[in-house]
Amino acid sequence: MKRVYVNEQWCLGCHLCEYYCAFANTGEKNMARALKDIKIQPRIRVEEGNDVSFAVSCRHCREPLCVKACISGALQMMDGVITIDQDKCIGCCTCILSCPFGSVALSPDGHAAQKCELCVQTAAGTPRCVDGCPNNAIVFEERG
Amino acid sequence: MAIRYIYAEYEITRNYDRCIACRVCERQCANEVHEYLPEAHKMVADEAKCVNCHRCVSLCPTHALKIVKSDNTYKANSNWSQKNMNELYRQAEAGGVLLSSMGNPENFPIYFDKILLNASQVTNPSIDPLREPMETRVFLGSKSVEIERDENGQIKDNLKPHLKLNLPVMFSAMSYGSISYNAHESLARASQELGTYYNTGEGGLHADFYPYGGNTIVQVASGRFGVHQPYLEAAAAVEIKIGQGAKPGIGGHLPGKKIVDDVARTRMIPVGSDAISPAPHHDIYSIEDLSQLVYSLKEATRNTKPVIVKIAAVHNVAAIASGIARSGADIIAIDGFRGGTGAAPTRIRDNVGIPIELALAGVDQRLRDEGIRDQVSIVAGGSIRNSTDVVKAVALGADCVYIGTAALLALGCHLCRSCHEGKCNWGIATQVPELIKRLNPDVGYKRLVNLLTAWRHEIEEIMGGMGINSIESLKGNRLMLRGVGLNEKELEILGIKHAGE
Amino acid sequence: MDVQYVIIGNSAAAIGAVEGIRRTDARGKIIIISDEPYHTYARPLISYLLLGKTTEEKMKYRGDDFYERNHCQVYLSVRATAIDAREKTVSLSDGRIISYDKLLIATGSSPFVLPIPGADTVEEKFTFMTLADAKKLGEAVNQESRVLILGAGLIGLKCAEGILCRAGQITVVDLAPTVLSSILDPEGARMVQEHLEHNGLKFILSQAIKSIDHNTATLNSGEKVEFDIFVMAVGVRPNIQLFEGLGELGRGIPVNEKSETSCADIYAAGDCTESFDISSGQRKILAILPNAYMQGECAGVNMAGGAAKFTQAMPMNAIGFCGLHVMTAGTYSGESYIVQDENGYKKLFYGDTLNGYILIGKIDQAGIYTNLIRDKAPLDTLDFALICQQPGLIAFTREQRTEMLGGVSR
Repeated sequence: MKRVYVNEQWCLGCHLCEYYCAFANTGEKNMARALKDIKIQPRIRVEEGNDVSFAVSCRHCREPLCVKACISGALQMMDGVITIDQDKCIGCCTCILSCPFGSVALSPDGHAAQKCELCVQTAAGTPRCVDGCPNNAIVFEERG
Repeated sequence: MAIRYIYAEYEITRNYDRCIACRVCERQCANEVHEYLPEAHKMVADEAKCVNCHRCVSLCPTHALKIVKSDNTYKANSNWSQKNMNELYRQAEAGGVLLSSMGNPENFPIYFDKILLNASQVTNPSIDPLREPMETRVFLGSKSVEIERDENGQIKDNLKPHLKLNLPVMFSAMSYGSISYNAHESLARASQELGTYYNTGEGGLHADFYPYGGNTIVQVASGRFGVHQPYLEAAAAVEIKIGQGAKPGIGGHLPGKKIVDDVARTRMIPVGSDAISPAPHHDIYSIEDLSQLVYSLKEATRNTKPVIVKIAAVHNVAAIASGIARSGADIIAIDGFRGGTGAAPTRIRDNVGIPIELALAGVDQRLRDEGIRDQVSIVAGGSIRNSTDVVKAVALGADCVYIGTAALLALGCHLCRSCHEGKCNWGIATQVPELIKRLNPDVGYKRLVNLLTAWRHEIEEIMGGMGINSIESLKGNRLMLRGVGLNEKELEILGIKHAGE
Repeated sequence: MDVQYVIIGNSAAAIGAVEGIRRTDARGKIIIISDEPYHTYARPLISYLLLGKTTEEKMKYRGDDFYERNHCQVYLSVRATAIDAREKTVSLSDGRIISYDKLLIATGSSPFVLPIPGADTVEEKFTFMTLADAKKLGEAVNQESRVLILGAGLIGLKCAEGILCRAGQITVVDLAPTVLSSILDPEGARMVQEHLEHNGLKFILSQAIKSIDHNTATLNSGEKVEFDIFVMAVGVRPNIQLFEGLGELGRGIPVNEKSETSCADIYAAGDCTESFDISSGQRKILAILPNAYMQGECAGVNMAGGAAKFTQAMPMNAIGFCGLHVMTAGTYSGESYIVQDENGYKKLFYGDTLNGYILIGKIDQAGIYTNLIRDKAPLDTLDFALICQQPGLIAFTREQRTEMLGGVSR
């Protein structure tokens, strides 16, 4: 299955992935309108420091601890993609407690968890963070 | 300094309706032009530091940025232009030689733009390159061989070593040090995929790039940096650099701050020391001396590699080229006055040398007249901008061209001409680690391959239109060229007729 | 001949087992026995149901087609009354006897009911464990109700939060001097208590109820508390009666890392078991949903002939009270690192590895801490000072990170 991978050698710490992610998940057509004057809460996050930067988003684990730990049954794995039914989710954060990569967070309104869903709901094809990375540091590909 | 004489040349226009304060402009500007004001949640810019490299404009996700030329102006004066005045102020302040980067930007004639190409109509019909085979392959090297036969009457293979190019374009000399590791890797990988060559310049060959040796031309220049036996052996050809179009008669000076660990090792000089290439080769004062170096290098490589001699296009270029052809060199590279550089004294760059079009035509004609054109191949460089420049150069007599600036543009360069500052925001002309990584060679090499693949298609298209199916048939074929708006002398030197003739 | 699987229970461990079985065996017959009348539901969500944050429909732990899709035969409202391990049968309360090839006991736990003199005089008294409990409580409570909850643990407080806006006043009594004493240190407990008090809860701590008379409870101190509704939330007890006489038994049913009991072909998972807490190295009853699911899943795989091991059991809780997030994991031993600031409260317990943590307020990326405990990652291989400040992968070496992020993980 194709997954999002980050090659930290090429990550510039520009944070564009975060903005493209936040934009993609607003459903808006215009980025300026979608993100103007808001504090974005993207599903990919850049860690940086000591001349190192890299983005992290859901790994879509084969044995997803978040799905197994979810107390409401809102997280599920379908064809390898882990998605969350925000309507079912009650925001208990057990998934945040469980994810080894820190890749699940609360949604902007705080009522449910959110995570990278590989843009399956937003754009056909390539996830937006991958498209928006200026240096091919984020790739969408099949690995063993 | 209380009095500020040098003003910002550009203004950064930010459309605040679009700006989402994502700060990518701030994070990506090595010149620290942009700043985020947290209390106002707003971006501001200090354009005094802006070099107009367009990194911020290119990355701005909401297209909120624009860089415009400042209309702040002195009193209009055609003689004392703003540029002249600013340069003077700068020198009055610093007391130094003005430095510039990339090619001569001044308003000299561009002959390529005054030459038009021919196409077939009715007779000698045009060829459709999508249906018919079209040959863009060229071989560089000496072709003047007598046909010799062995005792069985079979033709002996007495050809001298050649370079084989899938298209008549090579990447010109850009040293590791003046450009980054990632830029070099991009060039090396692109050359290999395209079936052409890149050139180390006088920076040595980084240990990692020996596997690309088959597509590498190594340079031997006046500083002899990085030259050793394995270096020569790794290469496909060896180039003796006598001169460079951007700074004829001038040596090179890579400042010590760019001589970082790897660069120092590759050049075989101490970290942090200035790398100074003398203006002349101290062992070359005549064609005979040059010949000695040519043959030394041939001997060192057991006559398996062609030797190139690269000169700047200057006044007596034709005579000089004739001498070089007789020195034993296999290939002559001529670099026109618009050729790029990582750093050159501004006055030299902007005032010394001649246009490549004229130099090339002159050299080709001279060598033909002397009957030695076949002894050497000619490579023309110095601002080849597109596929038609290539076609015109070939028709004027070049075997192939060198591109430098065009390749850098493909890698992201926006010609801000600040290479000498060492803070290239595109990761090309820098040795700062966080800037170097901005050029991912996976992306860079692909863009180079794309560029030349596109050019090759265009060259085939143009040749097809002319009814020519092999680049060799185009070489020196000046009947395919016509000048527009050129005077008699210019037409004579170019060896072409005026349009309508 | 297809294998017949029998699962007693219909909650997380049972569902985990079904999914575990179906990973390996698509054909075997699965029978689920539940004494509740409902489609499988997320038990911890009952307080959110009262709160109005979920509905009975949304709190289904798996979709309506779950049983059908997994070819499960479900006996609802039926209790398993006995297991005959020799004949390999289970007797049901409706008189049926069904045979099994592999049996899973996933019976969960029941509320512990403290014997209090006079408790039988209380009309409106509840426990808070099942959907039925929640529904009954929800019907009983109204804006006038004075609610007395005995127990300031997870169940008591979640119950209190659930009815906070629906009841007139809520008083929580506990013998312990702090709230959530089983998972929080005194400082963390104080923060949670203050937050809940700020939201209108009243606490009477370090007190037990000596006796009750109709609507009045008398505390040890002699103080009397008037109430209309009484909720008993002093803890839970594993439902282990079915396994009595069949094998080794502690406070819960001991299982090994394959979820096997000491009795052949009988597995157990979830709240009714005792499992090995990797963070403390002790056997414990870990009555939390993630463990139940994973243990059940492990049981399922093994029941179907696969080879699975569940070796990650440890205490961990993520709970929210009126918008305040509380997370805890592992065991609270070793040295501690404490930060208390505008982001909230953080306490890490560590030795050579991270042993446990308490986070109140800022809980971002907490899973990275959890994983350090789970993996027993030696702290000297990472930038511990950095990760103390903020959980992040940047505290790991590039090599570790490449391993974590570079390929298909976990």
